[in-house]
Amino acid sequence: MSLLEVSALTVKAPDGRALLSEVSFEVEAGARLGLIGESGSGKSLTALAIMGLPPAGMTVSGSVVLDAPGLPRTQVVGAPERALNGLRGRAATVVFQEPLTALDPLAKVGRQLAEPLRRTRGLRGSPLRAAVLAALEEVRLPERVAGAYPHEISGGQRQRAAIAMALACEPALLIADEPTTALDVTVQAEVLALLDGLVSARRMALLFISHDLAVVARVTDRVVVLKEGLAVESGNLLDIVGEPRHPYTRDLVSSARRLDSALDWGAR
Amino acid sequence: MTRSTPASGSAPEPVPASETTTEAAAAPGHDPAHGLAPAPVAVLAADRVGFAYRRSAPVLTEVSVEVVPGRGVALVGESGAGKTTLLRLLLGLTRSTEGRILFDGSELNLGDRARMRAFRRGVQTVFQDPYSSLDPRQRVGRIVAEPLRSLGLLTGGGTARRTEAEARVAEALDAVGLPPDAARRYPHEFSGGQRQRVAIARAVVGHPRVLLADEPVSALDVSTRVRIVDLLAELRETRGLTVVMVSHDLAVVATLCARTAVLEKGRVVEQGDTGAVLGSPRHPYTRRLIDSVPRLPR
Repeated sequence: MSLLEVSALTVKAPDGRALLSEVSFEVEAGARLGLIGESGSGKSLTALAIMGLPPAGMTVSGSVVLDAPGLPRTQVVGAPERALNGLRGRAATVVFQEPLTALDPLAKVGRQLAEPLRRTRGLRGSPLRAAVLAALEEVRLPERVAGAYPHEISGGQRQRAAIAMALACEPALLIADEPTTALDVTVQAEVLALLDGLVSARRMALLFISHDLAVVARVTDRVVVLKEGLAVESGNLLDIVGEPRHPYTRDLVSSARRLDSALDWGAR
Repeated sequence: MTRSTPASGSAPEPVPASETTTEAAAAPGHDPAHGLAPAPVAVLAADRVGFAYRRSAPVLTEVSVEVVPGRGVALVGESGAGKTTLLRLLLGLTRSTEGRILFDGSELNLGDRARMRAFRRGVQTVFQDPYSSLDPRQRVGRIVAEPLRSLGLLTGGGTARRTEAEARVAEALDAVGLPPDAARRYPHEFSGGQRQRVAIARAVVGHPRVLLADEPVSALDVSTRVRIVDLLAELRETRGLTVVMVSHDLAVVATLCARTAVLEKGRVVEQGDTGAVLGSPRHPYTRRLIDSVPRLPR
């Protein structure tokens, strides 16, 4: 039984337009999948639908089943809020593109990190404080970050803090939605390496959403390509990059290849 | 390029203030290293500029960069390195607190209106986000015609003036690959890539010599990005436009700019021909930058 089973997921806008059409894929426990597409392809909407958080006014149909160990197997589509609240954070959680919008600007990072730790592990007082510091250490953040407000730390540090918060509930599935797009290249490399290591160490499943083939290739080898709400191609990333079949994938790969080849200094 | 790659962190030779025309550059002995081909005079240069906000650590320190016609320059570095501040200084939008900005060899004086007008005709800009850089209430035709009016590039009056503006807008739209009827439409009717084309049309309508662009393609999807990079490369060839751009995308830099300056913490740590800087980086930061770029698997 898969940890996440998405079948024929369809999301319609209030005017009836299909933003996602019959999208299906599975993620086994501990496995990784990349979701690739350009703006408007429906990648982020897929993440929100999995979390049971579709934007207001949207109609969701099809099926999203989350089956995490120790939690009831749940059909997310149409589930009551109460059932979903028990799953969010533990069965699946999201790290978004812009950490500033994911963090509360008025609360210190340590306090924001303490909240999920207290809720899930029932910690109080000094054990809670120790757990916060351990969580910071795990994402390679110095202790002093606990006492800082989000605006006082860098973008890379904020994204690490957001990752620490996402991991606090020990989720079975981590959804990372363009987690490094807002970061500098050097910081992106560090955060990707961090995510890669954490996901392996905790044997988490990872759904990695990005428009950038090269970035996706850093963390996963199995991908689904989305275009205007349709899954146009899926399979092994190396196969798709080497021999794209769908015209859209071909365009995407050749564009990425052209930019990438500009960096081949030795070949000139 | 007549000059070999300068050593890490070295400043390019400052251009003497007396050189106000390109003819002056042909004076013998301008470039002692290469007697045969004199170096063309920089159209735009930062001469040991510094910038600091009051009571704050400097954002830029002793930065010297020159823009020679036909040799695009990329300003590369991490956020907070001072790239955008340097671009604003080069654009004459911010006054440097140290050093000088030179335009055609003479110092740029932000208070000299006539001279600034000449500067604006020669140096135009494109911003990163095509969703915030176009006035949503104006038709594209009016947006693109704006520099023609504000820079006094139109001759005649009345109907003749309007006809001339329309012709030049049509030419600019054609140059960026937009259909003529785009002039009658509003920005919201266009996609991100098309909007960036509108912004580029506005920048090139007055035939500037230099285009300064802050991350012109980073907000765009990969396939759109390639198309806009192609467009900028084409304008470089057909219009002799020199592109100076701030970018963290080394692939885009490598495609568009002959020279690269790497900034770290407000200082130029390395600059030279793009192939040399990115191909065999000397400074540890440049090396780290290049190693960090995710590559497509073979």
